Amino acid sequence: MNGFLHQVIAGIATGGIYASVALALVMIYQATHHVNFAQGEMATFSTYIALTLVQSGMPFWVAFLATVAISFCIGVVIERVLMRPMDKASVLTHVGLFIGLVLVVSNLTGWVFDYTVKPFPTPFYDGPLLGGLVTGHELGSTAVTLVVLGMVFLFFRYTRLGLAMRAAAFNPASARLVGVRVGWMLALGWGLAAAIGAIAGIMVAPVVFLEPNMMLGILLYAFAGALLGGIDNPGGAVIGGFAVGIIENLGGTYIVGTELKLTLALFIIIGVLLVKPAGLFGRVVLSRV
Amino acid sequence: MPSETTLVEVSRRPALGIDPRILWGIGLALLIAPLFMAESYRLFQLTLAGIYAIAILGLNIITGYNGQISLGHGAFYAVGAYVAAIMMDKLGLPYWTTLPSAAVICGLVGYGIGFPALRLGGLYLALTTFSLAVAVPQILKYKGIEDWTGGVQGVLVFKPDPPFGLPISADQYLYLLTVVLALGVFLLVRNLMASRIGRAIMAIRDHGLAAEAMGMDAAKLKTSTFAVSAGITGLAGALSAIAIEFVSPDSFQVSLSITLFVGMVVGGVASIIGPVFGGLFVVFVPNLAEEVSKAAPGVIYGIILIVFLFVLPGGVAGLLRRLATWLKRQS
Repeated sequence: MNGFLHQVIAGIATGGIYASVALALVMIYQATHHVNFAQGEMATFSTYIALTLVQSGMPFWVAFLATVAISFCIGVVIERVLMRPMDKASVLTHVGLFIGLVLVVSNLTGWVFDYTVKPFPTPFYDGPLLGGLVTGHELGSTAVTLVVLGMVFLFFRYTRLGLAMRAAAFNPASARLVGVRVGWMLALGWGLAAAIGAIAGIMVAPVVFLEPNMMLGILLYAFAGALLGGIDNPGGAVIGGFAVGIIENLGGTYIVGTELKLTLALFIIIGVLLVKPAGLFGRVVLSRV
Repeated sequence: MPSETTLVEVSRRPALGIDPRILWGIGLALLIAPLFMAESYRLFQLTLAGIYAIAILGLNIITGYNGQISLGHGAFYAVGAYVAAIMMDKLGLPYWTTLPSAAVICGLVGYGIGFPALRLGGLYLALTTFSLAVAVPQILKYKGIEDWTGGVQGVLVFKPDPPFGLPISADQYLYLLTVVLALGVFLLVRNLMASRIGRAIMAIRDHGLAAEAMGMDAAKLKTSTFAVSAGITGLAGALSAIAIEFVSPDSFQVSLSITLFVGMVVGGVASIIGPVFGGLFVVFVPNLAEEVSKAAPGVIYGIILIVFLFVLPGGVAGLLRRLATWLKRQS
């Protein structure tokens, strides 16, 4: 029973990471109807920046904030330089751009920071707590994730800028008419998504170790989480992310074993598409003809 | 959402005013020349380029012509390769039986994957196929099927000898086999796209709603197209197993799917001849780039992909088409 409980808690901890990445995906999806396939690679790159800063002697939390700020800027620049000029292009072009971004960022990561697997420091007490039920890092990273998710919620719910961003995503034409600068809202959304991705990367790196392909599996689970919760619903994506974390841990321990963990994500995705394509909390999209 | 692509004209006019028979003659000569000219490693690379061209053509059917984005065609390539390797190594069957089997099995797998994903439009297929591509190496390594797949070790197979006592080497024979198969598949796809079904496939891409209003069963047609597309890529995979004489999970990482995608864009989306350039590109460009650094091929790939999307969205085939129009106007 203790083992089971431990798996659930560990699942919640990793689920928090998936929830953050899923949230980042959904934020971009809501605003632009694109799924950013490069989200994982961008987060990995940010994590390397954090490691470099920490190794240069910066205190962890300063490096953390600096990385989040840098990632935000990278996200904004990518939107302005790459996505903006292609605003009106076809879906295929956009997917192509994302794939190009995946290739450039992941290989650049390998080129600049080399391919060896590196340990990443945790800022939290690194040992078992509560009688071995949970590790300090699991507890700390879950707390950070929850704080981030809470801040994102408050930002979108209670600030003018958050409202403007929601308006730009919901109805760009009307938003533009009332004076919202829709283009900049999209860029801001990209920046926020990149920043959230960076936080997820920093929180997961001590667990999975840092290497250029670190986020590939995590991105897959985030897809699964976003689809499970409903790809157009940020709150749903967060719940979906946590659910996938728990499913993954329990499934990995009791059903399929660690070897097929990624396949489990594939099955969740196909299962959701077969049974409830809109996800648990998503809107069923009806289009007027 | 209607995309901005338009129906591709299946041209029957002689390009540049030259007799098409002369163009065919030049093309065939170009295909046969390497048999006698190239040293065996170059010939092997050209064989690979031909195999990739077939695989990219498969991807182009669903993504280019039908507008459904697949990021996981490497998975079908892998399944095709494993079907071939298992049939030859474990079942002792001759190599030529593996090719149709791989195509059929991959077609069925494609149907199974496409069925849930293609009922919904947009990015769902891209998401599902991307996940498939990420998961495939893990499935291939799985212990429960190790007796068949050889687990991490993979499976070794052997190149076939030329039949009928032909006085050519095994490499030359493989090249010939690839060229003949590729010609067959390319002709089939060209004819398919020029047919009623082909027009329906493109109509669904250009305006799904209108196509459905005209009585086309979009979901069914998309799923069948995906199956055909997966089957052709699977055939290429089987051929690759025979040519490389080895399959292992690590040769079918997600990067393979991305390679096929890049090849498609660079060669020319929704073009029959485009995949040939795509195949040549994915075989020869990384070799050149690797001399710079291990990571360089990826970075250069990515940059080339983005540059093509910005500057040459029609790929090499689109560039040639434009050149031909320009030349015609000059004369």
